[in-house]
Amino acid sequence: MITSLLELEELANCKRCDEASIVEELRVCIGSSCVSRGADEIEKNLKTAIENKGLQNRCRVKGVGCSGLCANGTLVSHYKNSTKENTLYEEIILDDVDALVASIEEQKSYSLKVCDTNQLFFTKQTKIVLENAGIIDPNDIEDYIAHGGYATLFHVLHEMMPVDVINEVKISGLRGRGGGGFPTGQKWESVYKVQSDQKYIVCNGDEGDPGAFMDRALMEADPHKVLEGMIIAGFACEATKGYIYVRAEYPIAVEKINRAIKQARKLGILGNQIAHSGFDFDIEVRLGGGAFVCGEATALIASIEGNRGNPRQKPPHLSDYGLWGEPTVLNNVETLANIPSILKNGGEWFKNIGTPTSTGTKIFALTGHIKNTGLVEVPMGITLRELIFEIGGGVSDGKALKAIQTGGPSGGCIPTQFLDLSIDYDSLKSVGTIMGSGGMIVIDESSNMVELAHFFMDFCKSASCGKCVPCRVGTTQLTLLLEKYIAKEATQANFELLKELSKVVKGTSLCGLGQTAPNPVLSTIRYFESEYLEGIKND
Amino acid sequence: MADIVDSRYKIIDQAMRKLGYEKSALLEVLHIAQETFGYLDRDALKFIAKRLKAPYSKVYGVATFYHRFTLKPQGKHTLVVCLGTACYIKGAKEILAALETRFAIKVTQTTNDNLLSLLSARCVGSCSIAPVMICDNKTYGKLTIDETLEKIEEILS
Repeated sequence: MITSLLELEELANCKRCDEASIVEELRVCIGSSCVSRGADEIEKNLKTAIENKGLQNRCRVKGVGCSGLCANGTLVSHYKNSTKENTLYEEIILDDVDALVASIEEQKSYSLKVCDTNQLFFTKQTKIVLENAGIIDPNDIEDYIAHGGYATLFHVLHEMMPVDVINEVKISGLRGRGGGGFPTGQKWESVYKVQSDQKYIVCNGDEGDPGAFMDRALMEADPHKVLEGMIIAGFACEATKGYIYVRAEYPIAVEKINRAIKQARKLGILGNQIAHSGFDFDIEVRLGGGAFVCGEATALIASIEGNRGNPRQKPPHLSDYGLWGEPTVLNNVETLANIPSILKNGGEWFKNIGTPTSTGTKIFALTGHIKNTGLVEVPMGITLRELIFEIGGGVSDGKALKAIQTGGPSGGCIPTQFLDLSIDYDSLKSVGTIMGSGGMIVIDESSNMVELAHFFMDFCKSASCGKCVPCRVGTTQLTLLLEKYIAKEATQANFELLKELSKVVKGTSLCGLGQTAPNPVLSTIRYFESEYLEGIKND
Repeated sequence: MADIVDSRYKIIDQAMRKLGYEKSALLEVLHIAQETFGYLDRDALKFIAKRLKAPYSKVYGVATFYHRFTLKPQGKHTLVVCLGTACYIKGAKEILAALETRFAIKVTQTTNDNLLSLLSARCVGSCSIAPVMICDNKTYGKLTIDETLEKIEEILS
C-alpha cells in the first residue's frame, strides 16, 4: 500500500535503482500490429538468446507498447542506460534474433535493420499522451511509477480541491477526443455541480469507428495513464465509481487494462481511501459486444446496464441522468489520458500547444494508401500536407492523392485542394467533415468515391439499432440508391432524392449515428459530384 | 430446459455467482457463455434468463443485438475477414469474394463438412497492416488474395 507521495517516490527511486544495474534494454513492440507479425515469438526468442549468451545481467528484454511506425513492424529498440541512447530496429523477424543478439554481445549496432529516427515521421511528432508508449512495460505498474506515473494523482489528492482541478482543465481548453469536441472542463463542472450521493465516470473505449485504432494502442501501451486520468476525473466530479467500456474485439487491451486495475488496487491507488486522502474510487471493465451505436453516449450507458444498446432522447443529459439514473461523466480514452499531463504541467502549458480553439495534441491513425501507416501524435493545427506527405511519407505505390477521409462513417472526405488546411475541430467542420476520433484514411486516385460512400452507408445501415424510423429506413434506402449509382443505373430524379433523403435522415434521426450517417454521401457529392453523375444512365 | 448435467453450465453459473446474479451483468455472462459453448443456443439462453431472473425475451434480445454473439454453432476453424475502411480500400472485399467462391459459402455460413466458418468484422483495429483476417484468433495482415487462400489451405490441411 502506498499512502503518500513520499512513499510513491521511494518506490519510483527503488525501481530506478534496479534499472540502473541493467546496462541495456531490448524493447520489443507488443502492440497488436506487431504481435500479428509474430512479435511475441520474437520477444520469447530474444530472451532465450540473451540467456544462452549469458547476457541477461547486462541486457534485459521487455515488451513495450506501440512505437508508432506499424508499417515497418516488428519494431525492436535497443536502449543504452549509460548514454540514454536508443537505436530503433525495423522489420525484425525471427531470423534476425541471433544476429541482433550477436551484435549486442559485440557492442555493435545491427546496421542491417536500423530505422532512421531522424526522419520526419519521428521528428515532427509531439508526444504527450503517447510519451510512455514504446518505453515502459504496460504490464508493470512500477515501470509507470518510475517514469513519474501517479505522482500527479497524489499531488491532486493532497494539494488540490475538486474546483481547482476543474479550473485547470478548463484553462487547458481540452476538448473531447472522441470526436464531438465538447470542452472537458465544462462537462466535469456540470456533473460536479449536481448534488448526488452516487456519481459515475465512464471511459469510452468502444472504438467502433472503422479505420481507427488510437484508443486500442493507448490502452495497450500505457493503461495506467488512462486509469490515472480517470481517478483524477472521479476526484474532480466527486464520483466514486468508474467503468471502462472496451470493445470485445480488443482482447489485448482488455487484458492490459484488467491487469493494470489489479495492480493499482494492490498498491492502494484504487479502492478505499486512496493515498489516505479520504477519497474512494474503483474501476471496473465492461466488455462491448461489437455494436457501433454503443459509441453513442446514451446507448453506451444502456449497454453497461446490461441492455440492448439503444440510444434515447436527450435531454436529460448524462450529467443529470446517466448510468443507473445518476450523474455521469463520459469521456473518451484519449481525453482521459491527457489529464495527468495537464495537471502536472498546468492548463496554461497545454493551451500553448495547438491552436487557440483546439488545444493540445491529437493522435491519428494513418491508414489506407499511405507509406508510413501507423500511429502519430501531432499538435493540433498541423496541416494535412505535413501530416500526409512529411510524416506519412506520401501516397504509397507512387499514385496520386485523391482525398483524405476523417471521422469514419460520421465524417467526410477532404479533397486535395484543402491540403494546407489546419487540422483542428473548427477547420475540419468548415469543409464538411469532422475531427472524429482520429482515423485518417488516405485515398489514392484508383478509388471510386461513390463506392466509398456506399461502403459507409452500408456500415451505418447494419449498425443502425432500428429504434427510430429515419435512421432504420433511411440508411437502407440510401444504400439502395447508392447501389444504383454503382451499377450506373441511376436517374436524374434519383440524384435529387439522394440529396433530399440525406437531409431528412440528418435532420430527423434520434441519435448521432443517424444524424451523421449521410455525411460521407453529402461530402462526396460536394467535392466529387462528377462521379455521381457518371452513375446516371443516359436515355 | 437443460438441467445442470453439462459441466459447461457450471462454468457459466459460477461466473454469474461471481457477478452476484446482477441483471446488469448479462453481457458479461453472454460473453462467458459464448466462450464456453462456442455459440449461444436456446438452452444456454434460457438457463441464463432463469438464473438472472430476467425474461427470456430480454436475454434473447440482447444476444441478437450485439454482432459479437452468434446463435449458430461454428465450424472447426473460424475465419474473420475484416471489412473496416482501411481493409476495404485495400481490397478486403475482393478477398472475401474469393473465399466465398473457393469454399462455396456466403459470409456467416459454415462449410458442409463443418470445417470452416466464414465471418466478417467491422474493423478489428489492425488497420496499419490492412487488409487483415483473423483465423482462430490469430491475426494475419498485408494479405493478397493468393496468400489468403494459401494460408487457409495450410490451416485446413
